Amino acid sequence: MKWEVVIGLETHVQLRTQSKIFSSSATRYGALPNTQANEVDMALPGSLPVLNREAVAHAIRFGLAIGGTIAPRSIFARKNYFYPDLPKNYQISQYEIPVVLGGSLNCFVGDEPHAFAVTRAHLEEDAGKSIHENFVGSDGKPCSGIDLNRAGTPLLEIVSEPDMRSAAQAVAYAKAMHALVTWLGVCDGNMQEGSFRIDANVSVRPFGQKEFGTRTETKNVNSFKFLERTILFEVQRQIELIEDGGTVVQETRLYDADRDETRSMRSKEDAHDYRYFPDPDLPPLVIAPEWIEAVRSTMPELPEQMRQRFVDALGLVPVDAAQICQAPELAQYFEVVANALPAGQGKLAANWMMGEVSAALNRDDIALNDSPITPEQLTKLLARIVDGTISNKIAREIFGQMWRSDQKDPDHIIESKGLKQISDSGAIAAMVDEVLASQPAIVQEYRAGKQKAFNSLVGQVMKLAKGKANPGQVNEILKEKLGA
Amino acid sequence: MSKFLREFPTIRAFRDALSQRKFSVQEATSALLQEAQAQSALNAFVDINAELSLAQATQADANLAQGHEGVLLGTPIAHKDIFVTEGWRTTAGSKMLADYVSPFNATVVNALNDAGTISLGKVSCDEFAMGSGNEHAHTGPVRNPWDHEVVPGGSSGGSAAVIAGGLALGATGTDTGGSVRQPAALCGVCGIKPTYGVASRFGMIAYASSLDQAGVLATNADDLALLLDAISGFDAHDATSIETCQGVVNAPGRILTDYNKYLANASAGKPLAGLRIGVPKEYFGEGLNSDVGAAVEAAIAQFEALGATRVDISLPNTAYAIPAYYVIAPAEASSNLARFDGVRYGHRTKQYTDLQDLTARSRSEAFGDEVRKRIMIGTYVLSHGYYDAYYLQAQRVRRLIADGFQAAFAHQCDVIMGPVNPTVAPAIGSVAQNATAEWLGDIYTLSVNLAGLPAMSIPCGFAPGHRAQPLPVGLQLIGNYFDEGRLLAIAQTYQQVTDWHQRRPGDAA
Repeated sequence: MKWEVVIGLETHVQLRTQSKIFSSSATRYGALPNTQANEVDMALPGSLPVLNREAVAHAIRFGLAIGGTIAPRSIFARKNYFYPDLPKNYQISQYEIPVVLGGSLNCFVGDEPHAFAVTRAHLEEDAGKSIHENFVGSDGKPCSGIDLNRAGTPLLEIVSEPDMRSAAQAVAYAKAMHALVTWLGVCDGNMQEGSFRIDANVSVRPFGQKEFGTRTETKNVNSFKFLERTILFEVQRQIELIEDGGTVVQETRLYDADRDETRSMRSKEDAHDYRYFPDPDLPPLVIAPEWIEAVRSTMPELPEQMRQRFVDALGLVPVDAAQICQAPELAQYFEVVANALPAGQGKLAANWMMGEVSAALNRDDIALNDSPITPEQLTKLLARIVDGTISNKIAREIFGQMWRSDQKDPDHIIESKGLKQISDSGAIAAMVDEVLASQPAIVQEYRAGKQKAFNSLVGQVMKLAKGKANPGQVNEILKEKLGA
Repeated sequence: MSKFLREFPTIRAFRDALSQRKFSVQEATSALLQEAQAQSALNAFVDINAELSLAQATQADANLAQGHEGVLLGTPIAHKDIFVTEGWRTTAGSKMLADYVSPFNATVVNALNDAGTISLGKVSCDEFAMGSGNEHAHTGPVRNPWDHEVVPGGSSGGSAAVIAGGLALGATGTDTGGSVRQPAALCGVCGIKPTYGVASRFGMIAYASSLDQAGVLATNADDLALLLDAISGFDAHDATSIETCQGVVNAPGRILTDYNKYLANASAGKPLAGLRIGVPKEYFGEGLNSDVGAAVEAAIAQFEALGATRVDISLPNTAYAIPAYYVIAPAEASSNLARFDGVRYGHRTKQYTDLQDLTARSRSEAFGDEVRKRIMIGTYVLSHGYYDAYYLQAQRVRRLIADGFQAAFAHQCDVIMGPVNPTVAPAIGSVAQNATAEWLGDIYTLSVNLAGLPAMSIPCGFAPGHRAQPLPVGLQLIGNYFDEGRLLAIAQTYQQVTDWHQRRPGDAA
């Protein structure tokens, strides 16, 4: 039987605010346990929550970016359950009426553009953390502890429609979502620190069947790779289960990275009755049109708009534009370079950004903002390719030197190392003659119809020219001399 | 009763005496702390810290010497044990918090500290403010100063008892379903709860958040005005506190300004001329003790004599206030009290097998019967499949009740009057045998909380108790939103021509 995979994602995005969603405590990551928890976060008797408007502004920003509806009036509810890292023993979350309704996220799956529908996005508070390892109690004995620094950190939970049909689509959605929230500045995007966590709802059904199969929800996946592994594992597990005559149980699962598998956490039967009801401590969140407009006026150009502009004005193909627009700093860097080069060289700039620049950053594990080569310096280098002073290959060598040394002027390197491209056709013709004379065997092969032999001859000429010969001219003259 | 309060029984009189250096705040505070010990049989105080009270007194004396003018400077008060206080334990009447000391003060407590009042300590209340007789406190029942065999009312029973017993000039209270007005009535003192959102709930241990509101108790309306004005005002720590109401800013000074304006505008002969008093027939139906009803009717007649007009009105949904309240309040309580889990503070059981067991045992051991009952009801009505039938339905009833009041205020009357409680104070222990009666007794007070309106209770006579002994009867005055100043002025006008509020236990009735 052929199976269809159905995936919906719930993304928990920690919002970048100075203080918590309902208290004035700081949200900085990594502080000593319980040093960022006040009476509200500890749920001391008499404490009350007060909504942080910056968290709301972030939600509005996100809602506008995905073309969703900002609810003029949304409600905070209490989700009641007992757990030690949840100090009030209820979580304040939006339930029936969320702050953002609808919208869609555009992204590329491979070369193919997709728009995935977003059901809703709601504001809620994060819980604290239980510490089970290396913790000693006041009596000196090992025990579990609770750190409430994270309790009350603002979260935006973004729920997608169950529209994804493969792990690749889900990963593309998640990456685009991650790119968008960091682009907007509503999230720092740090997945190791838990700023961006994904719950994957996965089910399978026979192709053609309308009804959804029973789904499982795998919680708190914190990398794109694990998301892919989770979905692949879950799909495989469910299909095998059904084909062996079993049934999928609706349950919550956990991904275990060490064993590359998902494991059951709790089944539907153990599910809590959360006894949701509107939080009487918080009046409805009313968002006036003026507030929305004020937020809109501070919105950066969205990746989608920028993508389109790069296609229209700089001649990029949509897939490249999408790659460039993954992060604002990348797009900004690119734009400086592309605009400074002669018209029509957008693709050259894009290729370099996605090629040399990205590779060097990855290799040395540094952020683009800390790049040792500025956009202006890169522009100067690429301009030498455009004007024919150097070849792309020589440019890569020079780039490497600029990256590693304090010498950031490509012209100086070209000059001092004599890397200027040989474009004198007489000189190139002489070198071609020399190669043809010294490599009769290869010439023979070429004449026998081996096209590869031609490339080999080009390589020999370039070697002789120490890479400096204009490759176009070498091709041309070689062809001519071979009588091709 | 301490001689200071016998001689200077109101805040203004006491303050004038302080200005005239008849005694120091220190002297009065010491005497009142001694008096609290002398009347320990009342079981009203649950925590006294003489050192702290005297330190506040010393500061007040210094401020007086420097010519500080605050009208509340040096006023001895007591705080309901539901307001968190630095220095004094805050137990909310529960074994759960028997040793709990808050690291911060309630906003109301801070406001009164800033006004220069002296806190004599914390006074008893029903556990987590759930109850109408102050019998549900882990420290045992509070006695009514009029008769130690009867309850003082609740849940602010300790607050009412210390005023009636002459142990303090003012007290804070909270009113979720009548918890300021009813004990005030049963103890023959005055109490007011303002419009929901006028006083901050920050630092008030929550029972039912959408109904809880701070209030004050004192011997007379004029003192209430001073105290209530001091605790009113927007608080950024409470998202339900009001910033403005129809353009009027919620800040200290508002209530006193209104109060003084209404008093100043009253004509001499018929000071209440033009005032329309709505008298809801549902407040005088079956269940109202006839002697209590007679005292209330007599008081309304007195208001008519002062120039007011009586208008018979109907608030047809009054009876539904009881079921609506006893769905909404327990629902909120079940969630509000979830934080008491034995993990971070409060009572923790000695033996447990796992986390769930720790929480279950700690709660079972530390919560009293009434609290457990309401948590169970609240948990039930919020459960999946019952929410719509109970909680949502109760919220609809709540809306209808509020609409009923608005219709009356829009077309028929300026103020509503009626009884506070169907009976005078019952004997201690008698209510426990009939828990439903305790709930039904709240019929005249609950609607006000459901609607969020301001309301008060003032003494208006006496009626025979269970041994035919005379016990105080309270008159309830209900106003429209933000009308606290007017309510207080009306009550003050009444008290200028009557002396029920001046009667004290032990006086010839």
